Amino acid sequence: MIALPEPRPEILARRAEIIAALGKIVPGEGMIGEELRLKPYETDGLTAYRQVPLAVVLPTSTEQVAAVMRYCHENGIRVVPRGAGTSLSGGALPLADAVVIGLMRMNRILEIDFEDRLAVVEAGVTNLGITKAVEGEGFFYAPDPSSQLACMIGGNVNMNSGGAHCLKYGVTANNMLGLKFVTPQGEIVELGGGHLDAAGYDWLGLLTGSEGQLGIVTEVTVRILRAAEGARAMLAAFKGTEIAGAAVDAIIGSGIIPVALEFMDRPCIHACEAFAHAGYPLDAEAMLIIEVEGSVAEQDALLERIKQICQRFDPISLKVAQTAEESIAIWKGRKGAFGAVGRISPDYLCMDGTIPTGELPFVLKRIGEMSTQYGLQVANVFHAGDGNLHPLIMFDANDPESFRKAENFGADILKLCVEVGGCLTGEHGVGVEKRDLMTAQFAPHELDQQRAIKSAFDPAWLLNPHKVFPLRDAA
Amino acid sequence: MSADLAPADEAGIAEAIAAAAAAREPLAIEGRGTKRALLRPVQAARTLSARNLTGITLYRPTELVISARAGTPLDEIEAALAEKGQALAPEPPDTRALFGVAEGATIGGVVATNLSGPRRISAGAIRDHLLGIRFVNGAGEVIHSGGRVLKNVTGLDLCKLLAGSHGTLGVLTEVTLKVLPAPEASASIGVRVADVATGVKALSAGLGSPYGVSGAALIPAFCGPDGPANHVAFLRLEDFSDSVAYRSGRLAEDLARFGDVRVLEDGESRDLWGSIRDAGPLGAAPEEAIWRISVRPSAGPGVVAAMAQAGARCLLDWGGGLVWIAGAATASRHAAVMDVATSAGGTFTLFRAPEPLRAAVAVLPEEPPALAVIGARVKAALDPAGVLNPGRMRAG
Repeated sequence: MIALPEPRPEILARRAEIIAALGKIVPGEGMIGEELRLKPYETDGLTAYRQVPLAVVLPTSTEQVAAVMRYCHENGIRVVPRGAGTSLSGGALPLADAVVIGLMRMNRILEIDFEDRLAVVEAGVTNLGITKAVEGEGFFYAPDPSSQLACMIGGNVNMNSGGAHCLKYGVTANNMLGLKFVTPQGEIVELGGGHLDAAGYDWLGLLTGSEGQLGIVTEVTVRILRAAEGARAMLAAFKGTEIAGAAVDAIIGSGIIPVALEFMDRPCIHACEAFAHAGYPLDAEAMLIIEVEGSVAEQDALLERIKQICQRFDPISLKVAQTAEESIAIWKGRKGAFGAVGRISPDYLCMDGTIPTGELPFVLKRIGEMSTQYGLQVANVFHAGDGNLHPLIMFDANDPESFRKAENFGADILKLCVEVGGCLTGEHGVGVEKRDLMTAQFAPHELDQQRAIKSAFDPAWLLNPHKVFPLRDAA
Repeated sequence: MSADLAPADEAGIAEAIAAAAAAREPLAIEGRGTKRALLRPVQAARTLSARNLTGITLYRPTELVISARAGTPLDEIEAALAEKGQALAPEPPDTRALFGVAEGATIGGVVATNLSGPRRISAGAIRDHLLGIRFVNGAGEVIHSGGRVLKNVTGLDLCKLLAGSHGTLGVLTEVTLKVLPAPEASASIGVRVADVATGVKALSAGLGSPYGVSGAALIPAFCGPDGPANHVAFLRLEDFSDSVAYRSGRLAEDLARFGDVRVLEDGESRDLWGSIRDAGPLGAAPEEAIWRISVRPSAGPGVVAAMAQAGARCLLDWGGGLVWIAGAATASRHAAVMDVATSAGGTFTLFRAPEPLRAAVAVLPEEPPALAVIGARVKAALDPAGVLNPGRMRAG
């Protein structure tokens, strides 16, 4: 288990006074102080960690967020921002002496401009909510993390979320034009706007993926894109992971950038097939889902090229969707992968390392060996185009020993990712989950450099102080 | 100014900076110094150059990634990529002609200035393709951030912070970039339009089409290839040749409502965008200043009109959002640019000007006070002794 900083008794002692003061800033149902109503905020998508916060405020405007931040700054109170609470790395995990600022009531779409291809939205608008608001005109918001129905754009910005289509469309950072944030001192700052490449330091880029360490994002200006004429998927199954990996290399090497290129290993294929009955080949060691875009004729041409490439690798099966419905069927299993694994094992850890794509066969072999060694099953989903690997480690949450083993297994996988030239996290963020592994990727002076930048924004370390950076006094 | 210090390796750069920090002696930071005339002149007794840190250190075409030491010439990187049918998608401008220098830029300089060409609108900026960096901070410490993988949210993203920081936060020693297949074919649709506003509407219509437009520029009448009477909006399509043929047909049909349309085939299309990338159609005279304003595309025509009134010429790229401006290098003209950019809700850069003007005016917009305070602390966190390129971006 990962250590959390000690709650400060002088803050806990002032709980009633703090709740009264915050209730004046965010009146009515936006102020939560009762034990029972605080309970839902004790955890996020990483349910193994729980901590009821001191209080929760749900502001409805940037000005309210700023007033709360000013109060907390003046009174030395820690703050934890929260969107939908879907983080898989404990990004929204509270502290006993911290005020949680929940952005879910800031859910208005402020502006949509098709001519300039942008949308201005509040932090609590869901990822899918943006696409829903613009799809009538044929537009969409590109990053599509699998939690997109629930997760909020403010959280996406803080985790620099990706999704299945980032090989072509990039991650959150590549799809933003501006944001409004509140500094730890309670000042409101606007970055960028409707234009590209603001002059001066790239604050927008630094804030993106900063995991709530530097400020509270309240508004975001995102780029919206016109969707391609259509999209279609194909499925290719192979006898070995090395062979599937070589097929991926050959596709990319041929100059084709598919809009999605997903890889599933044998345990994952079996889990998904049992769940979704998508017609996945159960005798395959590895399977690719490859999606292309364009007009029907363009789709045909690209899928034919890819099919020809795959044929050089002795595939077990190749299935090209002929219709949009067949495409959906191919995707059905993959999109339900987490749910499918959940049916086999009610508890699993979803890891999120990134590796150079050429290292995939080696990494999968090592993960297989570790699985035997730890006695825990693992299924692997991989965004093959961008190297983002999601091993799902199955364990039994009722058995503390099983959880401990699962955590260690996960840590070993992530260290392996770093060893082969990759990184600890591709899109879930460090949070609390991977905080203590940061030393595997960064030297002490490099972590100090990052801490110094955090200190430049948050000198008193009141904002999310228990995440991303290993605790100094805990060592 | 000569490159007084040009160490052979990263350790040499670190040593030089540590010594400068100890002596509190500012350094002017550069690669080959090809963009010395960009932004403000640096007051430093000595120059530290990364030009001798050369060589591609890793290139994996199937992983879409290339790493090179910061002093590697951009030309060398582009040639290596071309050999494998790949390219840097943001197509950084070749600024040789604009700055009147013979040598080409280094890859470190390209990253440190975050200069992107026409494909910025579809493929992203240099900073969007920067996967990893190694740099030496102002205390002489070697720091790495990011890596060689396409997706990475481990820790604060110092790649973004360093890209476009013009050597004021650290000296890049090695960069890793995402690369993409070079398009097999290129074609452009030229739409002859009655006025700039109609032209930008045509660009918006193209960018809002499902055809994946990868360049959208407007060459106003003064420098248009079709003679002085016509503004021409150009939209580029790039992909496999069968796709480009299909899409350019469809797009030409869609855009006919904005004006007479003509299709530029592969070679002509490539030449056109090479020229737009380097601001060629602007036809800036050597003594003229050049600015870049970035605004919402729909604000572009207003900027062009206001600058015409102030006696300056414009070229529009990025769907109308990037306005290149050429005009007399005077403080009053600069003030006009600042006013226009600010009132259009955008940003400006004094891109090229004689040294006295660059030293006297704000070459970039001021930051709001709350951000300026944080900015000063971030600068101090990376360069505590203030030795790296002081005054390059802002006075003081």
